[in-house]
Amino acid sequence: MNDMRHLERTADTKDIKISARNCQVHYGDTHAIKDVSVELEDKTVTAFIGPSGCGKSTFLRCLNRMNDTIDICRVEGDILLDGEDIYDKRVDPVQLRAKVGMVFQKPNPFPKSIYDNVAYGPRIHGLARTKAELDEIVENSLRRGAIWDEVKDRLDAPGTGLSGGQQQRLCIARAVATEPEVLLMDEPCSALDPIATAQVEELIDELRERYSVVIVTHSMQQAARVSQKTAFFHLGSLVEYDETGQIFTNPKDPRTESYITGRIG
Amino acid sequence: MTDATSNGPTARAKKEHGSLLVQDALTKRRNASERRFRAYGLTAIGIGVAALILLLTSILSQGLPAFQQTFVTLDVVLDEAKLDKKGNRNIDEIKKVTTFGYAPLIKNGLKSRMEELNISIDGLSDKDAGGIISKEAAGQLRRYVIANPDEIGNSVEFRFLANGRIDGYYKGRVTMQSAERDNNVSPQQLQLADALKDGGALVTRFNWDFITKADASENRPEAAGIGVAIIGSLYMMMIVLVLALPIGVAASIYLEEFAPQNWFTDLIEVNISNLAAVPSIVYGILGLAIFINYGGLPQSAPIVGGLVLTLMTLPTIIIATRASLKSVPPSIRAAALGVGASRMQSVFHHVLPLAMPGILTGTIIGLAQALGETAPLMLIGMVAFVRDFPSAPPEGFFDPASALPVQVYNWTTRADPAFVERASGAIIVLLMFLLCMNMIAIILRRRFERRW
Repeated sequence: MNDMRHLERTADTKDIKISARNCQVHYGDTHAIKDVSVELEDKTVTAFIGPSGCGKSTFLRCLNRMNDTIDICRVEGDILLDGEDIYDKRVDPVQLRAKVGMVFQKPNPFPKSIYDNVAYGPRIHGLARTKAELDEIVENSLRRGAIWDEVKDRLDAPGTGLSGGQQQRLCIARAVATEPEVLLMDEPCSALDPIATAQVEELIDELRERYSVVIVTHSMQQAARVSQKTAFFHLGSLVEYDETGQIFTNPKDPRTESYITGRIG
Repeated sequence: MTDATSNGPTARAKKEHGSLLVQDALTKRRNASERRFRAYGLTAIGIGVAALILLLTSILSQGLPAFQQTFVTLDVVLDEAKLDKKGNRNIDEIKKVTTFGYAPLIKNGLKSRMEELNISIDGLSDKDAGGIISKEAAGQLRRYVIANPDEIGNSVEFRFLANGRIDGYYKGRVTMQSAERDNNVSPQQLQLADALKDGGALVTRFNWDFITKADASENRPEAAGIGVAIIGSLYMMMIVLVLALPIGVAASIYLEEFAPQNWFTDLIEVNISNLAAVPSIVYGILGLAIFINYGGLPQSAPIVGGLVLTLMTLPTIIIATRASLKSVPPSIRAAALGVGASRMQSVFHHVLPLAMPGILTGTIIGLAQALGETAPLMLIGMVAFVRDFPSAPPEGFFDPASALPVQVYNWTTRADPAFVERASGAIIVLLMFLLCMNMIAIILRRRFERRW
């Protein structure tokens, strides 16, 4: 009970960026997310951990309505971004996704030049009026993606020609180029080697200053390294949500403990 | 295998796995079956290549002579007394003289050329001598005089087509022996032709008229060309491209990217696949019933042919386009949606450019299929004998025209063996068109692929 109060206290000190209330997701007949309520803080890295198929990615994709593209997927309950229900009929998912950017598991740069990869988002959202402005946005985004120094001499080269880690950082740069407020990352390091992973993790920590970052990861070490808050999902339910330190040192739920000690999952 | 009887762990291991240096029975069987399969494959390829070579040699050997034609060069005196009796160069009166009036002039021209070259052949009447010149010649002369009335009274050099049999003599189709049994040509005529050839008045040279001129009647194969057929095919391809590409691509994009997955779209999908398998003649009947009988469009017109071929090509284009859209990795769509692109933006900015090579290939395959299609065109009347060129588009789309494959069919049904040669020549032109289209497909695909 002491810990619950601790959670409330930190929640008070930081702004709530996203709050989900009684969120349910169905894929056809499968009940994928069962009654998840969670409040994600601004300027914080929140990690979603849990065994495969526990629904953490599904829940992440609810946060920017990427699940809309799947016909059989139904989302119930409320998900509020800055107090506004993102599943409200008036909300255009395109506008939402400009606000809530996403980085995917596999690096997926567009088969275009590095410059065009980053410039695409600002272009379609009309963020730059002149070429110079666009150049500046691209440079800043690539700097924020911690890849500027590696690619500044070959912005015309294809983005698909970079190494895996560089591609993923390019994708992060592309995501931040549209000036999102929340950055969702779906296992961003699972396709990367340890060195690239370290670079991306370092980057995630820097991104925390400007964005609210939500990261899904299979690696508990990674969750422990980069996140301030951790949510543990199991079989579609949110089992435990707390300070990362609490989850890893003193989990309250026996299932969390089993998972982080490697007995399930 | 003798080891099998001995005991001990080493012996048993050998019994189970045997020596690596000796293939066991299973491995031998597997290798043998692999070798057999490779042999089947090589045989299949060999048969295919042999068939292709056979086809090409047969067509080329039969068709290439069609591009060569035998001409006779004559000086024709445009006799004023015959062409313009009143001498006032009134074009309407000149037009009253029919080709029958011009024929004697050509005969006189031939006679004077024979005298000039000291040719005299026993048993050759003047009528037979004139017979070595194509019947087309009088018409050619008349057109010239009507176009240049001022030349009346002068002597002008003309190059006339030789009769189809004389032409065949130089292409090996007609021999002295066969001419003896032939009512249409006599050995004396062939002798005259040889004599003219020695005198330089008869030459065999490349014949542009085959490509540019219209079809000719049954008994003058030497004058028949594929000009109208090329124009007709070209017009139809234009119509098919303009209609089938946007409709097909739009339909496939909608079905692939936007349509909800339900029984209705499933039904559409199944029907599109079925339409691709419908025999083309059924499309011809459909076109006849809908476009001509109900819609009131003219018969034999490229517009109707184009519409029918569009219907026929649509399923091919839709299937190819959908397949290439499907092959674009979903991560690209997710990436575009993830940076806040709308569905349409993600399709048009990212998916479509990547699918372009496949779409173009599918479209050009569809067009090539349409270009070679004969059956539906016969039902909508394009098999008719068309002598006049259609006018320029868009009016020309409604004028009667022929099409290359129909022209080929048409010629193969005619009696004179000279038409077989011309049909093969038309097939060569058709194949050249197909080759060009495939080249364009490859070039476009390369160009789009280089943009990765």
